[in-house]
Amino acid sequence: MRHTISVLVENEFGVLSRVSGLFSGRGFNIESLCVAETMDAQVSRMTIVTSGNDQIIEQILKQLNKLIPVLKVIDFTGVDTVDRELVLVKVNADGDGKQEVLRLVDIFRARIVDVAPRCYTIEMTGGEGKVLAFLQMLRPMGIREIVRTGKIAVSRGM
Amino acid sequence: MQMTGAEIFVKALADLGVDVVFGYPGGATINIYDALFKNVKVRHMLCRHEQGAVHMADGYARASGRTGVCLVTSGPGATNTVTGLATAYMDSIPIVVFTGQVPTLLIGNDAFQEADIVGISRPCTKHNYLVKETKDLARIIKESFYIASTGRPGPVLVDMPKDVLIASARYELPKEASLRGYRPTYEGHQRQVESAVRLLLSRERPVVYAGGGIILSNASGELAELSGALSLPVTTTLMGMGAFPGSDPLSLGMLGMHGTYAANMAISHSDVILAVGARFDDRVTGKVSEFAPHAKIIHVDIDPTSIQKNVRVDIPIVGDVKDVLRKMIKLVKGKKEATAFRGKTAAWRGQIASWAKTHPLTYKPSKGKIKPQYVVEQIHKLTKGKAIIATEVGQNQMWAAQFYNYEQPRTFLSSGGLGTMGYGLPAAIGAQVAMPGRLVVDIAGDGSIQMNIQELATAVQYRVPVKVVILNNGSLGMVRQWQELFFDGNYSQTCLPRIPDFVKLAEAYGAKGFRATKPEEVPEVLRKGFAADGPVLIDVITDPGEMVYPMVPAGAGLTEMLLV
Repeated sequence: MRHTISVLVENEFGVLSRVSGLFSGRGFNIESLCVAETMDAQVSRMTIVTSGNDQIIEQILKQLNKLIPVLKVIDFTGVDTVDRELVLVKVNADGDGKQEVLRLVDIFRARIVDVAPRCYTIEMTGGEGKVLAFLQMLRPMGIREIVRTGKIAVSRGM
Repeated sequence: MQMTGAEIFVKALADLGVDVVFGYPGGATINIYDALFKNVKVRHMLCRHEQGAVHMADGYARASGRTGVCLVTSGPGATNTVTGLATAYMDSIPIVVFTGQVPTLLIGNDAFQEADIVGISRPCTKHNYLVKETKDLARIIKESFYIASTGRPGPVLVDMPKDVLIASARYELPKEASLRGYRPTYEGHQRQVESAVRLLLSRERPVVYAGGGIILSNASGELAELSGALSLPVTTTLMGMGAFPGSDPLSLGMLGMHGTYAANMAISHSDVILAVGARFDDRVTGKVSEFAPHAKIIHVDIDPTSIQKNVRVDIPIVGDVKDVLRKMIKLVKGKKEATAFRGKTAAWRGQIASWAKTHPLTYKPSKGKIKPQYVVEQIHKLTKGKAIIATEVGQNQMWAAQFYNYEQPRTFLSSGGLGTMGYGLPAAIGAQVAMPGRLVVDIAGDGSIQMNIQELATAVQYRVPVKVVILNNGSLGMVRQWQELFFDGNYSQTCLPRIPDFVKLAEAYGAKGFRATKPEEVPEVLRKGFAADGPVLIDVITDPGEMVYPMVPAGAGLTEMLLV
């Protein structure tokens, strides 16, 4: 089962390698990983999407907690959250396809951020389902490149 | 007061009460060596290889309970410590390893004697540091000792670039280390402890499975008290040897791959297991799906990651085993439930006693050939069970665990988790330095001893009177045993045709050498060797065909033991 785990860490040298090394060294999966500073410049937040059975997830959470620069570990499974991903897509845009791309951009509330003679670069944000659907719709146009940030998440309410 | 980084380093160690550093100098640490030269409080022992230095710090820590310290230079000096770090990490031993590093500006440039030791050692240390500024050095040293020795102990590495050691800063050693991301749980949850005791008392066939955590937490007294209050049979892991007196009638000895018949049968037929400071290692459980099929499991450990890792546990308790055992004792001692429990479990103890009686640890004595088990028994007899025993890894280690009855904690020093050949001699030296008045014996094999034999020079130079007994079977015995049992006796690359002559080698190093070739010579040669001054190496020519039994083949259940 997939889990989104939010990890607050000391914003210090080497902390990313401690976390990523923990995953590779123990054979855990990383599907995506985002990291950036929080409101407090001394603390960073990592959002990790991983998968595994309950026992593996329990180990992942405990092993993360055991790292000394790790301050807090939250598993968002079962928690009401808002999650988003940003995607940049380069897609073919010539002939009839051009109109279809523009329509899709409109429907998905995406934006065209760069235009070249036969290619648009589109910026899109959304939850997992929306991103997947958008990319699926664009595929017949001919996608040249996809760049994704990986998922970030925050719990709803206070 | 302004001091150089090198001076801060030496002063901080002195202020933290470090009495000895095991190390090896080099270009990146030469400033520290100059500062050490001018300091009288911190003694430095020059090893012959950095791996030896780390194992000495490790042996020092295991024997004394104090944190061991090691100092090496950058590059190869640092990389040579990796096996020692991994050894200490697997066995949760508190040591701090300080490495020199190339100057900050050269880091990443493939400079001379540069290695990314912080990156390399990350998975085999509890934590590590790269010191970037001289002003941080004292604080980091304080934190490194704090992290190494608290919670589940372990090795910490501190990498110190040369410019950081040369530059000056004010010396300020914090009184307390405080890390917001590191707060070990010492107190076991009272209600969990109560449920654990209720579960335990509701069952009929209990076993305590005690590991190295008992020794690390200095909880042997509590273990004995709880076991006594409830007449609980106790089996220990390899790391737990000495945590419970071997001569106690409730002691079942070691469990697992080379455990006793009684211990493995008891675990397999038990209906409740109290696991304390142990981690269900594969050498203990055998085939996990067949491990203790009838038992409810209570698991007490200070490290939450050890719980629910290899086996499903019914009642987990995170905390210091000493605290949890004390709470359990309080709940049962003198209570009528305890008396009732002792009564209803008597039949179970009878069953265990009959297993112990039908299949005790044994071997077939021989008139012509020296049996290694006999040698270990003779060492036990001669030292009255009071020596500190270090071991190498392999058959020598298993026989040392099986045939020397450990009564006290911190008397059996062995690389249990990593299984590091070459551990025993340097660990014995470190232990002897920590415990000058004790007799320290390294029970070795002719293969393992050669992996760090150079440390004999260290022992001779500093007159560290360790006694090394080589069970010399002219082969890499444990691998040979597997080849004998599972590979049609194809002794592929396991024959060491008794090279070198260990007696001459000992003499070349300036140590004393003795040899026994016949069974009847063994007691006298051991007596002479142990009575001699200074480091001694005793070469005992043993039967190469002898095997370690009982044996649970890899991947089999614990009841499928091969017996003598």
